[in-house]
Amino acid sequence: MSLDKATVRRIATLSRIEVADEDLDAVAGQLSGILNWIEQLKEVDTSNVAPMTGGTDLKLTWRKDVVTDGDQVDKVLANAPDGHDGFFGVPKVVE
Amino acid sequence: MSELTSLTIAAAREKLAKKEFSALELTDAHLAAMERAKDLNAFITMTPDLARERARESDKRLFAGQAGALEGIPLGIKDLFCTEGVLTTAASHILDGFTPQYESTVSQKLRDAGSVMLGKLNLDEFAMGSANITSYYGPVKNPWKPKGRNAELVPGGSSGGSAAAVSAHLAMGATGTDTGGSIRQPAAFCGIVGVKPTYGRCSRWGVVAFASSLDQAGPMTRTVRDAAIMLGAMSGFDPKDSTSAQLDVPDFEAALTKGVKGLRIGIPKEYRPAGLSPELVALWDKGVEWLKAAGATPVEISLPHTKSALPTYYIVAPAEASSNLARYDGVRFGLRVDGKSLDEMYAKTRAAGFGAEVRRRIMIGTYVLSAGYYDAYYLKAQKVRALINKDFTDAFDKVDAILTPTSPTPAFGIGEKFDDPIAMYLNDVFTVPASLAGIPGASIPAGLSADGLPLGLQVLTRRWDEETLFRVCQALEDAAQFPLLPAV
Repeated sequence: MSLDKATVRRIATLSRIEVADEDLDAVAGQLSGILNWIEQLKEVDTSNVAPMTGGTDLKLTWRKDVVTDGDQVDKVLANAPDGHDGFFGVPKVVE
Repeated sequence: MSELTSLTIAAAREKLAKKEFSALELTDAHLAAMERAKDLNAFITMTPDLARERARESDKRLFAGQAGALEGIPLGIKDLFCTEGVLTTAASHILDGFTPQYESTVSQKLRDAGSVMLGKLNLDEFAMGSANITSYYGPVKNPWKPKGRNAELVPGGSSGGSAAAVSAHLAMGATGTDTGGSIRQPAAFCGIVGVKPTYGRCSRWGVVAFASSLDQAGPMTRTVRDAAIMLGAMSGFDPKDSTSAQLDVPDFEAALTKGVKGLRIGIPKEYRPAGLSPELVALWDKGVEWLKAAGATPVEISLPHTKSALPTYYIVAPAEASSNLARYDGVRFGLRVDGKSLDEMYAKTRAAGFGAEVRRRIMIGTYVLSAGYYDAYYLKAQKVRALINKDFTDAFDKVDAILTPTSPTPAFGIGEKFDDPIAMYLNDVFTVPASLAGIPGASIPAGLSADGLPLGLQVLTRRWDEETLFRVCQALEDAAQFPLLPAV
């Protein structure tokens, strides 16, 4: 399995990670190497095997669907690069 | 290295109770050792003022007879645990300046038990790595040096700062986290004890997430008893983590005296891959003999899907990471690199903020989860994971514990294996299967290589059976007589 530049560009977009055009070949090579190595799983017979979807064998704990926390605007915004007036600031999204 | 920094947690606890020295003196001795060993780069942030303040509070409680289980014990906290008011970086540029407004459950429990935080320990960026070389804050040096050579060795990873600090007697113990071996492998490389408990034993709340179905916190200490004491304080149900177990926490320390007489110890025949150091094979054989001499019975077992564990891990873990790390967007915390649009800001922030290995794993994870590839990669890996889990379930029908080497080789040089991600991933070939199965595992320093470097053995047991884990570890520790001090 070898990824082409267009596929790497698409993965980069989905990942929201900028990859410069001149780096696409190198990244494609690295990702292809890892994917080729992963391909060996195809040899394993998994017919009639249910997927293991989590790390625990216990039933997850349930709780009442009620608000248990909140009203901490200052703490929530304390680390925001552009937080003001109770909001997170972002670049203009509506033209 | 002072007498105070060479004590075990168990010994220091007794001496603090007898007022042979104060918690402040104990903390000051460690702060001085940290200052002298700055060259190891074990800490990202030292918190001497906070440490002294907490040590003084410990002294008050000791005086009042209200000592907690770890009262006055100086510990290092891996910089993946959020600590209230103290910079938390996950060793990543993208968390620049991030100062949590809350405390992770595990570090809170350790505070409640009276321990004193010395600072935040270096690690691989977002705990992704096996050599502590992906940290934005630079590599950590292993306190151990090969005999006759002046080489700098890696401490292993991702909990490399934790392992180095405990090994060099800068902290009496440290927290680690283990996703595919990140407690056990660095513990082996630095000659200390590292315990990854059962998935769900310790709360993951407030621990920077890497792969949520695998991440588990655990203690790193110089003795098995210290690990049992520390794990007792770290464990327990937390309503803030839905995967944390609503089970009573056993008295791990009490298990230590129970011995291994009558236990059946599984020796998996598949754990002999090419590249396994002959010295580790010899040590593994020795480990079997030690346990036999202590009354246990070795049994050859088969874990047929061992070979598939690493590739399975390198689908599951990056997939979960790509989802977990989506939160680093330059909006709510940490680094922001401006862009003309919101999307451009995201892409530029994440390109600048994440290191090469983290970017690689996010992209692999994104790919295996993307439309058209999900079934072929992610679902396939989840099914193989079920088979790996069944391997262990079947094995534990026949045996009570499993003994293996922790890693295929001892610590290697800073600079080796850096260009080949897969060669680096092979470090975790013995630790990853247990992570996928969610079972507890520990690494015990059991011998030295011809080069004079620590070698570790790994013990695995059934889910929720850390008591048997500690019993086997104690028997190995008793037999191995491992030197507690590296030649630093």
